[in-house]
Amino acid sequence: MSTRKIDVEEVNAVTVAKFTDKKILDETNIQIIANQLFSLIDDDHRKKIVLDFATVEYLSSAALGKLITLDKKVKADKGELRLCTIRKDILEVFKITKLDKLFKIFETREKALAGF
Amino acid sequence: MTTGQPVKTEVTIPSDTVAGQALQEQILRQLEDLQFEDQDLFGVRLALEEALVNAIKHGNRLDPAKNVRVQWCVDDVRVVIEIEDEGEGFDPGDVPDPTADENLERPCGRGIHLMRAFMTSIEYLDRGNRVVLIKSRTVAEEEAEEESPPEEG
Repeated sequence: MSTRKIDVEEVNAVTVAKFTDKKILDETNIQIIANQLFSLIDDDHRKKIVLDFATVEYLSSAALGKLITLDKKVKADKGELRLCTIRKDILEVFKITKLDKLFKIFETREKALAGF
Repeated sequence: MTTGQPVKTEVTIPSDTVAGQALQEQILRQLEDLQFEDQDLFGVRLALEEALVNAIKHGNRLDPAKNVRVQWCVDDVRVVIEIEDEGEGFDPGDVPDPTADENLERPCGRGIHLMRAFMTSIEYLDRGNRVVLIKSRTVAEEEAEEESPPEEG
């Protein structure tokens, strides 16, 4: 049993998953986090997911790759993924890689939940 | 705290990302001690993560018989980091643009793209198995103001 890398809560039928690690680096760690996120769709079939980045200070391209896979899985299951509370440095990573065009990114959790 | 004297270090690590993480921490601690700005630390950590993973995983293919040689030199104005693996190398020109619409969801090239964006310069040498990363130090705003000549009036 791996350590829990995301805190999951239900807010008005929306699943909010918050990262517990400051650094989403290292292949092994990223795979554990990805498996826990994928399970929300593959096992629990959650349709509306908000990913809260408030804790995250670092993130690598390998982590971005897993987020793209997660987004594909959610869409394939006719759901929607939203990202929120991304600090400035990390938001820059999304902008530089132009993944801010692919993901729906919201400034706060409240804004991400609004109208979901 | 800076001494003005460049500090040069060289280490060799096995093809293991855990060793890569430990080395990353070592280099970052040194830059923190020298009071590099947060934005510089963020960029260097990101580039180190990408470059070390590339060397260990893609270059040496996690082969325990192969090592990664890392040397870095820090002075008052910049940090220069050189990472060399024992792999076959590659041509960075062959890596597709990860920000092109058709490549946006592909896993290729995003790490190199991020390194280029966050470092002052990045250059692949030899057969592509050696990368040199340079980050010029950002001067804090108050320091810059202190150092600028007084306005005449």
